Order: sequence, then C-alpha cells, then structure tokens
Amino acid sequence: MTDTAIDKIAQRTPARVARKVRGLSDRAIAWLFVGPTIFLLLAINIFPLIWTIYLSFTNFRANRPNREVEWVGLRNYERILTDSDIWLNMQATAHFLFWTIFFQVLIGFALAYLINKKFRGNDLWTTIIVLPMMLSPAVVGNFWTFLYQPQIGLFNYIVAFFIGADPSSFEMIGSVTLAPWAIVIVDTWMWTPFVMLICLAGLRSIPDYIYEAAEIDRASKWRQFWTITVPMVLPFLMLAVLFRGIENFKMFDLVVQLTGGGPGSITELASINLKREAFEKWRTGYSSAYAIILFVTVFGLASIYVKALNKVKER
Amino acid sequence: MSAYSVNEPSGRQKWIAGTLVIAYALITMVPLVWIVATGFKSPADAISYPPKVLFEPTLEGYVNLFTTRTRQTEDYLAANPPQTWYEEIVRQYDMVIVGPSRYGERFLNSIIIGFGSTFLSIFLGVLAAYAFSRFRIPLKDDLLFFILSTRMMPPIAVAIPIFLMYRQLGLSDTHLGMILLYTAVNISLAVWLLKGFIDEIPREYEEAALIDGYTRFQAFYKVVLPQATTGIVATAIFCLIFSWNEYAFAVLLTSGTAQTAPPFIPTIIGVGGQDWPAVAAGATLFLLPVMIFTVALRKHLLRGITFGAVRK
Amino acid sequence: MIKRALLMATAMSTAGLMGANAAQAEELTLCWAAWDPANALVELSKEFEAESGHTMNFEFVPWPNFADRMLNELNSGGKLCDLLIGDSQWIGGGAENGHYVKLNDFFDAEGISMDDFAPATVYAYSTWPKGSPNYYALPAMGDANGWFYRKDWFENEDIRAAYMEETGQELREPQSQMELMQIAKFFQEREIDGQTRYGVSIFTERGSEGITMGATGALYAWGFKYENEPGSYDMAGAVNSPEAVEALEFYKELYECCTPPGYTDAYMEQSLDAFKSGQVAMAMNWFAFFPGLYADPNTGGDKIDFFVNPPQNVAASTLGGQGISVVAYSDKQDAALEYIKWFAQPEVQAKWWELGGYSAHNSVLQGDGFEESAPFAGDFLVAMDGVQDFWQEPAYAELLLAMQKRLHDYIVADQGTAQEALDKLIEDWTEVFEDEGKL
Repeated sequence: MTDTAIDKIAQRTPARVARKVRGLSDRAIAWLFVGPTIFLLLAINIFPLIWTIYLSFTNFRANRPNREVEWVGLRNYERILTDSDIWLNMQATAHFLFWTIFFQVLIGFALAYLINKKFRGNDLWTTIIVLPMMLSPAVVGNFWTFLYQPQIGLFNYIVAFFIGADPSSFEMIGSVTLAPWAIVIVDTWMWTPFVMLICLAGLRSIPDYIYEAAEIDRASKWRQFWTITVPMVLPFLMLAVLFRGIENFKMFDLVVQLTGGGPGSITELASINLKREAFEKWRTGYSSAYAIILFVTVFGLASIYVKALNKVKER
Repeated sequence: MSAYSVNEPSGRQKWIAGTLVIAYALITMVPLVWIVATGFKSPADAISYPPKVLFEPTLEGYVNLFTTRTRQTEDYLAANPPQTWYEEIVRQYDMVIVGPSRYGERFLNSIIIGFGSTFLSIFLGVLAAYAFSRFRIPLKDDLLFFILSTRMMPPIAVAIPIFLMYRQLGLSDTHLGMILLYTAVNISLAVWLLKGFIDEIPREYEEAALIDGYTRFQAFYKVVLPQATTGIVATAIFCLIFSWNEYAFAVLLTSGTAQTAPPFIPTIIGVGGQDWPAVAAGATLFLLPVMIFTVALRKHLLRGITFGAVRK
Repeated sequence: MIKRALLMATAMSTAGLMGANAAQAEELTLCWAAWDPANALVELSKEFEAESGHTMNFEFVPWPNFADRMLNELNSGGKLCDLLIGDSQWIGGGAENGHYVKLNDFFDAEGISMDDFAPATVYAYSTWPKGSPNYYALPAMGDANGWFYRKDWFENEDIRAAYMEETGQELREPQSQMELMQIAKFFQEREIDGQTRYGVSIFTERGSEGITMGATGALYAWGFKYENEPGSYDMAGAVNSPEAVEALEFYKELYECCTPPGYTDAYMEQSLDAFKSGQVAMAMNWFAFFPGLYADPNTGGDKIDFFVNPPQNVAASTLGGQGISVVAYSDKQDAALEYIKWFAQPEVQAKWWELGGYSAHNSVLQGDGFEESAPFAGDFLVAMDGVQDFWQEPAYAELLLAMQKRLHDYIVADQGTAQEALDKLIEDWTEVFEDEGKL
C-alpha cells in the first residue's frame, strides 16, 4: 500500500520528465481533491458539533437573544440523566430499534435468499419490493395515519377481515399497547428492502466454487447453509444492521408524522423529544446537552459494533 | 467449467421461491397502490366505510393539490359559469378556484435542492474518493473514519447550531443553504461508496495514460471517470433518495422560499380534515422522479451496494 | 460586455429607486392559520388593496403546524411575514424578544383607541405585560371555545321520550358540565336513523395545544386557577386543587365514555369532521368555525344550535382568538401599519363580522341587532364575558408542552392519576419559572 505504482514509475523516471508527467505534484492534487470535502464537513458538521458542546454547558436560549448567557457547568447533563421521563423516551427508542431491526433482518434476509434462487422475473420483483424505501418517510408516516384509521383505514379493515373482528374495535395509533407496534410495522414495511438489497449483494458475492467444493464433500444443503451461506453473508448483514441502527436511533420524520409521539408519550422517541426541547421549548443549552448524550451513545455503540464487524470480516 | 452447476436451484425450488417473493411483493404493494388509488378518488370515496376498492376515478385530488379554492355565494356562482374542466370539478362544492397552491413551488424547490445537492455530493465525493484511493494522505484512515462518523449525528443534534449559524449568515430558508447542508450529510456516504469503486479500477490504466503524456488531471478525467460510471450512478441514487425525501432539516430550517415538498405534503388540508386525495396525489407525483431515476438505473443499484458496502 | 454591465447598473439603480419610493406600492404578506376566517380575511382585504394600491399576499399555515412554523420564523428573524395574526399566548414572547413592533405611538398618532375594543380582547390579545397599556397587537379576531349540538335530534320526540325515561329529565342544552356528560352518555352508541352515533367530540390532540384547550374548558368551569395570587407564580394548591383534580377526572371520563372510536388525537378539524359526518350529538370547537357550521348543507341550518361552555362551579370559557401585529423584521412596516389602520375602522370591522370574522370592536359588538345577526352571536358575547387564557408568558411554549404531555399521559394514555398529573405539572412549571428567574 505504501509504495504505489505511480511512485515506482516516478522513481524510475528522470525528475524533469516526472514533473511534466504529473503536472501538479500528487500531494497538491490530493489536497485539492480532498480539501473541499473536509472543509464542508468542518463547516457544517464539526464546527456545529463543537458549538453544541459549548452550548451544552450554558443556559442559552435561541429565542431569547437578549438574555444573558450563563455558564452552568454540568447542570444540563445532570438534569437529563436524572429525568425519569427521558428514560422512558430511551426505552421507547430501544423498543423501536430492537424490533425494527429484528423484523427487517429476518424478512430482508429471507427475501434476499429467495430472490437469489434466480427464478424468472426476479429482477422485476426486486425492483417492485424496493419501491417503499424511495418514498419520503414524512409522507409515509402521514399517509399511514390514514391507513390506520379505525373505521375508514384499509389496515384495520384488512386485519379485521382476517381475524373476524370489527374494524373499529382496535386503534393502532391511539392505543397504548398497539402504538409501539404501529410504528414498527411501518418502518419494517419501508426499510426491509434496504436490508434485503445488502443481503442480496452478500449472497451474490459468494463464489460458486465454494458450494461446489462442499458438494464434493457431501455436505448437506442444510449444513451448507449454516457453514457457508450464513457466515459469508454475516458481514453484509451486520453492515445493514449498523446502517439501520444508526438511522433508527435518529428516527424522527416517520414517527413524528405517524403518532406525534402519542398517545401520551408512549412512542415519543429520543429524537422527537429532542426536537420538542430544542425547537418548541427553545431550551437550547439543555437540548444541546441532550444532543451530545445521544451522539455519544450512537457513536459509542457504533464503534464497539464496528470493531465486532471487523473481527467477523477477518475470519 | 461443467455445464451443470451444483449451485443452480432446481425448478421446484425456483417455483417456491418465486411464489413467496411475489406474495411478499404483492402485500408490500398494497399501501403503495392505495396511495396511488386514493389520488384518483373523490374525498367522499376516500373516507368511505368500508374502504372502497372499486370507485369512479376523478381528478379532484390533483385539482385540489394544485389550486386554492374558496366558497362562494350562489349569486356569484350563477353569474360566472365555469370555463374549464377543472373549474367544473370545484364547482360541485360551490367553490371557486382563487389561485394556484404552493405545491408547484415546493416541488420545484425539491428538484433544485435534491438534484443540486446530489450533483455537488458526487462532484466533491469523486474528487475525495479518488485522492483517498490513489494518493498517500497523512492520517488517511482517521480521516476516512472521521468522514463516516459525521453520519452518526442525529440531524436534530446539529440542527441547533446550524439554525443559529444560518440565521447569522442569512442562509436560513435559502436554496444554497439547503444544498450545502444536504451535501454535507450525503458526502460521507458518497466518499465511502465511490472509494470502493475507484479501488476496483486497475491502476495500470492511469499509469499507461501518464506514460502517454497525460497529466494527472487528464488521466483522472479521461480514464478514471468513465470507468467509474456505475459507481457514480449508484451513489447518485442513494444521495438523491436522501436529499429528495429529507424532512427534519427542511421543516426546521425553511419556511417560505426554500421549503421542499416533504414538509408540505402532510399539511394539505381541505374542508374538514386532511384532504386525503390531494395528499395522495401529491405523494404520487413526488415519488415519480425518484422512481423513474431508480428504475431506469436499477442495474447499477445492486452493483453499487456490492462494491461500496463491504470492501476490506 | 461593457454594454451588459451598463444595463445591469441601470437595472440595479432603478431597483434602488423603486425601493426608495416604497411607500407607493408594496407587496405585503400576512401570515395566519389556514381556516375559514382566513378566507374571509382574503375577501375583506380586497378593499384594502383597492384603496391603498398595495398588494396582499397570504401565508396560511394549518393549525397543527401554525405555532411551530411561525415561532420558528420569528426566532430566525425571518422576513416572510410583514403582518402576523399570532395566537394570544405569543404576545409575551413577541414583545420581550422584540419580534413585534410596539404600537402605542402609532395608535396615538392615528387616533386608534383601545377603548373602542372589548376589554377582554384588548387584555388578552394586545397587552404585555398583561393589563398594562403597552400594545403589541390590535384585537383582530375574538374567539372562545364553545359547543354545538344536533338540534334536530334534541327536538325529536322519540329521542326526548327515551331520554326522559332514562334520566327523568328533559333533554335540553346542558346547563352544567355534569349534565353535558349525562347527555353524551345517553347518545353514546345509540342508533339514530339506522346509524350508530356517539356522544361528543372533544379535543384530545397531543402535538400542538389541543388537549390543553379542551381540558381547560372543564378546569375553568370547576374554578381552576393558575396561581394563588395573580403574578406570584405560586401554583401549589391552585393548579392541583381538589376542584382541578375533579375537573380533570371529569374530562377523562368524558373522553372514555362518550367519544367516537379513534378520536385519540383530535383537534379542530377532527371535531368538525365528527360532527359534519353525523357521528356525534355534540361537539366542542372554536366560535370561529360556527359560521361555517351553520352554513353546512348537511348538518347546518335548523339542524344545529350552539351553547356556551356550561358552568360547573363557575361560568368560564377557554379563550381563543388573535391580535394582528407588525413583525419587527419586516422591511415594509409602514405599509403594514397602514393595513392595521385600515382594519381598525368601524366600517371595516362591521364588514369583517358580516363575512364571518369575529370583530372585537365595540361598535360591532354593541351595535343594534348584533345578538340577532347570527344564532351564535349572543352566545359569543356571553362567552367573551368569562374567558380565561393559558399562560401568556414568554415561556408559554414550554408551559404548554408540559401541560400537553401531562394531560395526554393521563387522559388518553391512561397513566397515573389526575392528582399525579397536576402535581407533576406544577413541578414542570416550577422548573420553567426557575429557569426564567421568576421563582
């Protein structure tokens, strides 16, 4: 990796020619190419992040430019971590995160496995299955409130038809017990295709000769599935889990449109609560601390996870 | 290579797999079909109980989507007979069209911001990916991880200082502000995906070009870029899907001039509650560009994931 | 090249000149919620356009997003709105954060007197600090939460007989909150004309202000107070008084016993919907919608009648309504003030009421025949006599969000007791006022 072919060629060529060959020096080109990206990220990601960290130690309010800003130390963090309501938000987030990933991995992998059987027209059906993830999550959330309406909604009607109950006898987004599942269902509907696509990529990356070798060793299909297919797809699957995990930890648009966090605060995910604190209550300092706590959580979990992923890949 | 591959599923396996996949596809299509169908229903049909599967199609939803209407007195209605087919539709409810709705503007904003930021993400992403792939850059791995980690931030978390910063710079509610913001969000993905693709292109091509007297720029432009088309297209699809559909930043940072369609569509209301046919019509039209883009380029999509996702 | 540059320069200087003569013709943008009265205002404003030469644009935002969107706009110093008809509770923030232009000098110069407007509306929509003669808005739209019912059902002999049999009382407009619940229970799941009907539709919305606006109707009627002493922020014993607990338990029971299925997140639109589709016998909503309800071809006319929020311990209604303010970030404040001056004229106010807006001008409210001018006009006067509003503090949004959460947790999500909900509410509010430095 250290000595690129370019460098080798450069070493062999006389300096005068080399300069002509390269035009600008490689180093200059490298910085020219990477620079804008780094600059953009510094300006729109890192600078705001540092600012957020600063604000998290103050009592600043963005809607009160005239008020004096006080340094409050760790008080914001203390208040958040000791607030029992916020722990309820975290539980709601964990429930959502766990079950969406569970169902999406299960269904997504099964679909990819079946599509990889290369039946006729599998391309067309793959494209159709992928369609829901192209919709806007906010629009999806909004429209599903319509599908979930107890009397006129299609969802209730279909479910009622199969279980033989009255469609208006249950409310998906109004009931305390069903609402957490209502958001899981919609997210699973929308994002299973994403997991499926990545699994499919994994399955297609397994060379045929491995199976052929297994066949020669008379390994059963069942054994082949567990000793070849699953381990080979696992890194891909874990990557899909990482992507979905990060996305759903941040989940805002779909759920805020679907339930608005209700009933009560049953489906109020961390991001929804954060938005209320930051942009409705305008407790900027407090919500900055909240944001940092969330970010550190995602970052920490993701780092541990990426380490595990790398181990799996090395095997 | 033998003619018979052990990995080739039997006919029965294929049949079972096909049936299951098609069954899933049909179920997953129901909400989508319902959206499209609702767009062609009258408001009364849309909220009928039980839900109507068969109905008389009408363009009311689309007319309502694109117009603002107001109730008028009988005298006024009698004195001004409707001139066009869409006015006639509105007249059923003793209403008249008073002007266009904001949907057109919002849609145009989505196109400007969605495609603008996709273009910019790809442009910057290709450059950075090429540099990361080909040059020795100090702290390369750290930089790459840094770029990826920016995607882990909840949008709401950075939204606070971005809101403050944009307020200072006058970038609130501007197209430029939103394009830069979406580019910043997308670029991590773009760099990672594109680096995977460019790694795949053999260096020998460029080396040959350099020896032929091309400069680095020329080699990059004339040799590497054409080879990376598939990767660029796949990455563009992902960037577009994100920036086209983004909601949280749009709702927080835009209001009048630069607001995109996703925050707008859920706020379409009619007489007494949400105007579901108009919402559905808006959602359908809004899906079309991304869908066409993706379906037309679908061959690249899967390859895109294959190459970009897991590269050691 | 040079030619083009010259053209550009000319164009730019012309534009500059236009700017200097701005008083001639401006494009003004007025922001408000998207609802029936807004359409009436568009109609009314045509006269202003004709008189002044300015053009009016309108930005109407649906209620569920209205506060969110407009407060965000104000906080980001946006220039979208020149005129804003903002909710009554925003006045504290609008004044203290400098979003609204103070109107005292303008009123003095133009001879507009706040004495010409109903005192309750001036107090609620215009003044900050509350009750002081510092005006940041002109009362634009008086409003309160009221009720309406299916008059045709209430007058139906069979239904009346059935009600008499069940309760031993005459079926009539409820005279108390408890009677309202009794009637609602009577109608719940009753078959009328072959369809299942329900008792009432009430506000239960979580996202903006719905459930608070609904439940305070009961709270105020039971004698709820925010503070022991006005201005003291001393809430323990007032906010969680036995009466308040009783009122909250009442609202929860009303929600559980007598609303149609699925009305777990209902606000104005859903309440209208339930009534217009014939699902409910009674419904609560803002007076602003009453002209539209009365005009409805299916459930309006002689099928509908209206009543003021029934008293329990005291007579009181939840205040709605808005004042019109000039946004401090606007570049066209002069033209915007011109609009307010025009709007404050008695003739315009009379036309405003005629078109379906609720004028707060005394010349209209006390004018001959006002009470007979619409079936709800008399009720409106009664309601406006006993209105109470939520906190109008600059921190109102925080106070409101806390109440939304506590109420929805208790009433809809069925968690904890009324006492606990109100106790927690005091904790939340205390925290807010401590942050504000007021406690």
